[in-house]
Amino acid sequence: MSTTAISAAPCNAASALATSGQRLRRAARRRRLLANVGTALLSFVLLVWTIAPIFNIVMVSLEGHDDVFGGRIWPADPSLDGYWLVLSEGYWYLEYFWHQYGNSVCLGVAVTALTLLIGSLTSFSIGRMRIRHGWVVTNAALLTYVIPATFLAIPFYRLAQAYGMMNNLWSVIAALVAFATPYAIFIFQNYGASIPMELDESARIDGASPWQIYTKIYLPLMTPALVAVGTYALLLAWNDYLYQFLLLSSKQSMTVPVALAQFLNSDEAPWNYMMATAVIYSLPPIATYYMFRTKMTGGLTMGGVKG
Amino acid sequence: MEAVQVFDGGRPAVGHLVRLRALRGALRGSEYAWALAFLVPYIAVFFAFVIYPVSYGLWMGSKPSLYATLMNDPTYWTSIVNTALYLGIAVNLKMVCALLLSGFFMRPGWWIKALLMIYVLPWAIPSMPAFISIHWFFNGDYGFLNDLLYDLFGINGPAWLDSRWLALGTMITSYIWKWMPFWTVILLAGRMAIPSEIHEAAKIDGATGVRGFIHITFPMLANLYFVCTLLSTIFTVGDFNTAYFVTGGGPAFSTYVLATLGIRDAFDLSQPRLGVAAVITALPVVIPLVYLLMRKLKTAQVQL
Repeated sequence: MSTTAISAAPCNAASALATSGQRLRRAARRRRLLANVGTALLSFVLLVWTIAPIFNIVMVSLEGHDDVFGGRIWPADPSLDGYWLVLSEGYWYLEYFWHQYGNSVCLGVAVTALTLLIGSLTSFSIGRMRIRHGWVVTNAALLTYVIPATFLAIPFYRLAQAYGMMNNLWSVIAALVAFATPYAIFIFQNYGASIPMELDESARIDGASPWQIYTKIYLPLMTPALVAVGTYALLLAWNDYLYQFLLLSSKQSMTVPVALAQFLNSDEAPWNYMMATAVIYSLPPIATYYMFRTKMTGGLTMGGVKG
Repeated sequence: MEAVQVFDGGRPAVGHLVRLRALRGALRGSEYAWALAFLVPYIAVFFAFVIYPVSYGLWMGSKPSLYATLMNDPTYWTSIVNTALYLGIAVNLKMVCALLLSGFFMRPGWWIKALLMIYVLPWAIPSMPAFISIHWFFNGDYGFLNDLLYDLFGINGPAWLDSRWLALGTMITSYIWKWMPFWTVILLAGRMAIPSEIHEAAKIDGATGVRGFIHITFPMLANLYFVCTLLSTIFTVGDFNTAYFVTGGGPAFSTYVLATLGIRDAFDLSQPRLGVAAVITALPVVIPLVYLLMRKLKTAQVQL
């Protein structure tokens, strides 16, 4: 480029720069607008996609018996009767509702507690005390983690029958704990790696027994991982249907999902009562999730889909 | 976001081993007893509730005649096709959407954060009530979807659950609805773990938008994405709730998958051995996937 060309037309260059700058700015504004419209559209689609089935549950639960077959998007006369009926055990399928809800809670609490206890003991022994051949246990746990739980349901059922463990909540607890602990072991071992070993060593020099180190040092420092795994185990117990369905069949021993599925088999399924039951059953895991949501992102990793 | 190593399976590295040897000497007699005692509960659970049922199941399904019976069952072949379609379409579609959506949820703004909280809701709802409500949602005569289609557009929607392909489609859709949020959150965590300097440097070099995704984001996420897809595939082979509650195997036994077929054979037909055999026929596919996954997890630590 020659110098004369530049010096000859400084004004032109400046105005060209200005217009191109304007054009660029306009293009950028258009792009930003497009991006915003795209974001809004996608947000709307996602919202509808997520909410529609949930809206359906809530809507049907508010309907009267005749509304269910009415073909309306919103019940003509929404009422909480369905909920009252469930809570007061006012329908013949629901005569043990509170008892069965209690069973579900017991199951969730027992699975959570045992998973935390067994998982933390194991990872303390392998990760902190560095027991010989600990990696064998770690690998065995990893293998368990990838066995689809459904595949063991039939043998499990037969064994429970053979040992007289049918209609016993403990048989379901055993199965779910067996499937939840491997995940607990991984999370605890990895989280535990961030706690300095010097803490344990100085405690040992001061004469603390392994049990004291476990309860006084390890567990308190592991709290975030314990919360994450505990939530996971609770959701696992709440999500399971197959084991509860196969192993618990008496009205006294069954849990809410099994009772709920029984509705389906009745001739004229009362959808409004079923959905009210579903909402009541879904509340604890939703509440738990939102309570511990921020704590879980670190620990909630690959395990939450096991089912 | 803090990088958390999720899996640490496998033999420790050599340097690690040397250190372990040095430490083992330090584990005194009584401490060794403690360490063993701490391991006992898990080992007991592992043998009683994993090894024992697995061996019992393998023994149950060991008679060759069972497999001949299976091969003669037309429902078995339908289930194989359904399972293949279900795994191939549902898992991959879900993972691809989750990967793209995780990028969407990286956008700034309170609105996106609020949306994410709602978006995760399906994951927190227990699957059984969720899927029976979806079954009713898709009901051709009284379902919410067709009511909505009629009220908004005047369309008479099809009977979603009365044809095999539509029913499979609803099954896949329900599965994606329930599980996509979870994997989106995982991949979102993976994206957040990529140092922002890398994106800034790429931006200066002109790699933004699609090019940035292809050359920067995806290569950084590829390993995580691969492991997640493998895990999800393995879990989905055993997915019972979706098929059982959304379509119930109908119409005319045309939407069974292996997991539901196994349970049907074992309990509806009272042939537990046949049910176990049906499930065992999935192993030739599952075992290579597990092997691949174990190798992946050993060589590359998945960072989340």
